[in-house]
Amino acid sequence: MGQWAGYLQLILDGAVVTIKLTLMGSALALVMAFLAGLGRLSRFAPVRWLATAYIEFFRGTSIFVQLFWAYFVLPLFGFTLTPLQAGVLALGLNVGAYAAEVVRGAVKSIGKEQYEACTALNFNRWQGLRNVILPQAFVLMLPTFGNNAIELLKASAVVSLISLSDMTFQAQVVRAQTGSTLFPFLTILILYFAIACVISFAIRGLERHLTRGLDGIRS
Amino acid sequence: MEWDWAFVIQILPTLIEGAKITILATVLGYILAAIVGLAIAIVRRSKNKLISRPMGFVAEFIRGTPLLVQLYFIFYVLPDLGLTLSPLVAGVIGLGLHYGTYTAEVYRAGIDNVARGQWEAAKACNLNAWQTWTQVILPQALPPMIPALANYFIAMFKETPLLSAITVLELMNQARSIANYNYRYIEPITLVGAFFLVISLISVVGLRWLERRYGRID
Repeated sequence: MGQWAGYLQLILDGAVVTIKLTLMGSALALVMAFLAGLGRLSRFAPVRWLATAYIEFFRGTSIFVQLFWAYFVLPLFGFTLTPLQAGVLALGLNVGAYAAEVVRGAVKSIGKEQYEACTALNFNRWQGLRNVILPQAFVLMLPTFGNNAIELLKASAVVSLISLSDMTFQAQVVRAQTGSTLFPFLTILILYFAIACVISFAIRGLERHLTRGLDGIRS
Repeated sequence: MEWDWAFVIQILPTLIEGAKITILATVLGYILAAIVGLAIAIVRRSKNKLISRPMGFVAEFIRGTPLLVQLYFIFYVLPDLGLTLSPLVAGVIGLGLHYGTYTAEVYRAGIDNVARGQWEAAKACNLNAWQTWTQVILPQALPPMIPALANYFIAMFKETPLLSAITVLELMNQARSIANYNYRYIEPITLVGAFFLVISLISVVGLRWLERRYGRID
């Protein structure tokens, strides 16, 4: 039992890296989602094109390829990234592209009367978006954002292949050192599932918090 | 670092070999996913909670954990339990199980979307269970599922590079071995990216057509 405690510690160190990666990647993804999602609804055609190109490119190529491209090809153009930076960049941009469509869908689903109300209150576009549209749209986005965050957590296992010592990488280390396969892989499967449960629990809590007092008002 | 077309032409045959395996793994994995998904959906509809609850938990567990780790699990743990699989077979099983949990949700939504009146009408017409499913429910439930199922087909196609981690010689693995051997990363990795982008953009057009043709699940 004593030796497993040491190996478990190794895997928990990896879990910290995985959680850090998930949080930083989600933060980048959130920023990109709003930039690209609102960009696609812009009045200016070039902004729409740019946002569409970003979304189609990152949804169209595999996360795995993007990560390898960021880690192996970008240095050849003079941008050298640490594995952590490459991982956060690839995960954030990839999941951000998926979440951008969520932002667009939620903003578009807000009824026309809300926009008319903004005009009636003499809000400019930014004020209307900030004070009327987004607070309603954000609640609609939340459940899907939670799923996106779990997708990001799952995709983060890929960074172990560019030698970042996340949970999956540490499990491989334990496998190499002990020859045991069931212990490391079963442990990390359970840990990944636990983190995914925490994410969906937190999102549900946040959703309850934001919709408090809105029963019967939201359709 | 310059882009070298001569090198591109030199490595293209190897990459095409890899692309064949990628496509094979996608097709086989998807067939398995379609079957597994149906099985999960049927078991989860069971009235017996002792059967449907554990199945639901297993499906949630598979969906909440990374495909890469599941592939490692199938490829490294099963041989210790006496079941040795070739890399490609392990990869196809991993893809099929993982995406089976997604297609199960599509089936479930599709079946739930058939109005209750249809079930009652089938009963009123004195149809038995088999007739109800094949002549009333499925003909209405299947068409709206098609775009969603196609969507997961594309998503799975983009996840096949993960199989390179369990030594399947698919496109990404061929590209990496070329890159490591020649110490040139820019062409092979970019070509793989371009390959996926082109196929995805074509399939987006195909998906739009399917959505127009068969309507979508709301």
